[in-house]
Amino acid sequence: MKEININRSKKEVVILFAGDSGDGIQFTGGQFTETVELFGNDISTFPNFPAEIRAPIGTEAGVSGFQLKFGSVEVFTPGDQYDVLVVMNAAALKVNLHNLRPGGVIVANTSGFDSKNLKLAKYIDDENPLTNDSLENYEVHAIDISKLTKEALKDSGLSVKEIDRCKNMFVLGFIYWMFSQSPDNTIKFIQHKFKSKPEIADANIKALKTGYHYGETSETFTSRYEVKPAPLQKGKYRNISGNQATALGMVAAASHNNFELMYASYPITPASDILHELSKHKSFGVKTFQAEDEIAAVCAAIGASFGGSLAITGSSGPGIALKAEAMGLAVMLELPLVVVNVQRGGPSTGLPTKTEQADLLQMLYGRNGEAPMPVFAAASPKDCFDTIYEACRIAIEHMTPVVVLSDGYIANGAEPWRFPTSKDLKTITARRPDENDFLNDKFLPYERDEHEVRPWAVPGIKGLEHRLGGLEKELRTGNVSYNPENHQEMIRIREKKVNDIALDLPDQIIHRGNEGADLLVLGWGSTFGSIERAVKDLIEEGVSVAHIHLRHINPFPKNLESLLKSFKRVIIPEMNRGQLSKLIRERFLIDAISVNKTKGIPFSVEEIKQAILKYQDHVSTSA
Amino acid sequence: MSVQVLNPSGNGNPLTAKDYATDQDVRWCPGCGDYSILKQVQTVLPTLGIPKEKTVFVSGIGCAARYPYYMNTYGMHSIHGRATAVASGLKAARPDLDVWIITGDGDALSIGGNHFIHLLRRNFNVNVLLFNNEIYGLTKGQYSPTSPKGKVTKSMPYGSVDHPFNPIALALGAEGTFVARSMDRDPKHLRDMLLAAHQHKGSSFIDIYQNCNVFNDGAFGLFTDKDTKDDHTLFLEEDKPLVFGKETKGIKLDGFKPIVVSLEENAADECWIHDPKDKIKASILSSFFEYDMNQGALPRPFGIFYKNDRATYEDLLAEQIEEHKKKDNTDLDKLLSGENVWEVK
Ligand SMILES: Cc1ncc(C[n+]2csc(CCOP(=O)(O)OP(=O)(O)O)c2C)c(N)n1
Ligand code: SF4
Ligand SMILES: [Mg+2]
Repeated sequence: MKEININRSKKEVVILFAGDSGDGIQFTGGQFTETVELFGNDISTFPNFPAEIRAPIGTEAGVSGFQLKFGSVEVFTPGDQYDVLVVMNAAALKVNLHNLRPGGVIVANTSGFDSKNLKLAKYIDDENPLTNDSLENYEVHAIDISKLTKEALKDSGLSVKEIDRCKNMFVLGFIYWMFSQSPDNTIKFIQHKFKSKPEIADANIKALKTGYHYGETSETFTSRYEVKPAPLQKGKYRNISGNQATALGMVAAASHNNFELMYASYPITPASDILHELSKHKSFGVKTFQAEDEIAAVCAAIGASFGGSLAITGSSGPGIALKAEAMGLAVMLELPLVVVNVQRGGPSTGLPTKTEQADLLQMLYGRNGEAPMPVFAAASPKDCFDTIYEACRIAIEHMTPVVVLSDGYIANGAEPWRFPTSKDLKTITARRPDENDFLNDKFLPYERDEHEVRPWAVPGIKGLEHRLGGLEKELRTGNVSYNPENHQEMIRIREKKVNDIALDLPDQIIHRGNEGADLLVLGWGSTFGSIERAVKDLIEEGVSVAHIHLRHINPFPKNLESLLKSFKRVIIPEMNRGQLSKLIRERFLIDAISVNKTKGIPFSVEEIKQAILKYQDHVSTSA
Repeated sequence: MSVQVLNPSGNGNPLTAKDYATDQDVRWCPGCGDYSILKQVQTVLPTLGIPKEKTVFVSGIGCAARYPYYMNTYGMHSIHGRATAVASGLKAARPDLDVWIITGDGDALSIGGNHFIHLLRRNFNVNVLLFNNEIYGLTKGQYSPTSPKGKVTKSMPYGSVDHPFNPIALALGAEGTFVARSMDRDPKHLRDMLLAAHQHKGSSFIDIYQNCNVFNDGAFGLFTDKDTKDDHTLFLEEDKPLVFGKETKGIKLDGFKPIVVSLEENAADECWIHDPKDKIKASILSSFFEYDMNQGALPRPFGIFYKNDRATYEDLLAEQIEEHKKKDNTDLDKLLSGENVWEVK
């Protein structure tokens, strides 16, 4: 047996598992994630599906990926460049090689590099990159995984096809070995998953162990790593994706506060998984309504809200565009409603499977008339839970539609979550009609409290019969009114109602760094991880920089202006052409600098660092 | 709740039509057919035994859609074309409520056509009253999807080239479970239809011919004027033969082809006997629509074309929820923790 040194210097490792959609890539990545989570690493993951469902096998368009970064330190993003690239075929290498760091490790299944696969991947003259010198700057492990798996399972009694399906377990075993992780958790999982098919379970376990032992016994020089557990906060954890967290937050808000949840939606990438997740939770009384279109979905939600439910509709940009008129109706009706926009690349159908943050102004302003709505944005997969829960609370307690922004990156990305128990959840209390909401025994549906909140009177209660509608309302009575003074006053009130919500929200915190630093990086939404990491690293290098991340974009936190004005310079990285910067410049007359990226992929940590250094330089020289 | 003490509406006395009227001025043009429909609904509601506070009227936009403001029940005047969608969500959330949808021919069949057909196929237990005046009233007289071809309006001064919808055929095609036609000018018939629609469990659709005396006066004159109505209307009654023209004429089926016969030569009971459960015949009846005005061959049927029972969406949804409440996890903490938990100590 050969001598192998275990490299313990690495604090973080980025791995990409890539192959054909049928290669079990997502499963492999998911298992690796679970194992290192149990071991105690922090991790962030991101699946990358091909845009076409049935892209031809072996082609670049058909490559599916699972990216993860795990570490012995706090992990903020799934990583910029890969340290390890696992490819099941030639196309997977071709598509992803550019993002492998120099000197990185390639684990390749050589049978995925036969002449047919090389042709499909469009390698020039079918030249095999594994055998020419093109990869000499990397550490390449070319292993005939298909053959070794076949060999190991020749007595399993399984068909050729079934055996071939086990090859991802060989890979996983090898990677476990490479990162000094035990395969035990996956063995347990396989035993459980294939309880009723012991021969399949045995074959998978055997392939897994074969891969593991291959690392130990193979003659090739191999580096081996060990990444220590991360010093995570004490507590119980689970793994969660953004869409899952969004769905659970909705169930929690309803169930913990005795509301019935109605989620009405029309399928659209990347929001559909919220509908899928919620539809499983019938036992919590969750009603899901797959409407005929997005207009019907938001209208059905408004109907359910009138009926007393916690009503939510979710979509992505194109669907939100369709909902605009009804969102205006909800503003007029002053009923609780939550509208989730899981953003994707636009305009129009745009880039359905890619991420972007270009719907911020749409959510703030994309309605006719003066139609203000609170707008909240989630910063990470797990933050989707708290954000949606808070949105539900504000919608109900302030009788208003509320927008929640997420995007494809955090919707599909996943990370460990120190989940709350029901005791940790805030109580949500509806403003029900009381004695003060009557005039001469007549119910006043638009009577208000000091924060302009009107009572929520639900059909079925005697004496509270009233009519709502999209025509302008008379103050207090809610009757139709065309009076000019009344209209102006109602516009003022609806605006104040939304602005007053700031009084019910926490002050803005500085996520990292100190007030008064030379440079502030102001972010919102899914850029959180990259900014946080970049700022952390640069502070450690002595740069005077800080990070503030906004969840509340309308209304802005009460203390935001004074906070922002304490910094010499503010830069705002966004995956759009500068939408938050416009707002900040307009609202606070701050000369904020917009840093943009609209490639359908998130900012890398490196890109944020470069922006900080570029503008930090300006601060020092101009000071 | 203190609210009920403060405002004790309904003191044990039976409700009357007056209890359903609001203090808002009714703003329809004098002579508009909408008044009659409002009155018939207000007359029928107190007889249904449903508490006023359990009744909800949902409308879209249009002249007709102003309706909820005139009903002292819960109500919502929503947006153009979407009453059916709003009502779907309301009924799914609150199966206990008695939900009525008020819509116009533009509202239901043009901008709201999609929601209209999906409501019927899902079979929510609601009542849809289509105020069909074959015109856009509120926007002052453009042709609608039910206006006949050639109709001269502001938006087609040389006559419309649009082929109109046949609302009954559309509702049948959309798998409606109760499909009827009535008119503003026949209060008794309208009340009967409202009652029958309400009794039916499922989506009940009534195509109500409504005269817009400002922009489309007399559109239904053939069926309402003394001189012509007997020869041009056919009132459908279950198990009764199809006879009209003051019982001088009847309808027989020649294969799938309806023919008008004289009752002087044919006995009434040899005529087509109406069976509202027969969808094929309902569909033939719905085609008494495309006849040539000049010929006047087939009369326009009024009454229940089709009626059948099918489970409602809200019941099926509620059943599924009950079933899973019994069998699946109902503990929120368990849901939050999921299946795979690890602890950092
Ligand atoms: C989104 C939208 N588009 C257009 C209009 C203008 N509009 C109001 S009512 C109406 C047509 C109404 O016709 P119908 O439904 O037949 O009702 P009627 O007035 O005849 O009772 C139109 C086009 C609107 N209110 N909203
Ligand atoms: S315009 Fe026609 S439909 Fe509208 S209220 Fe006047 S008469 Fe009635
Ligand atoms: Mg009309």
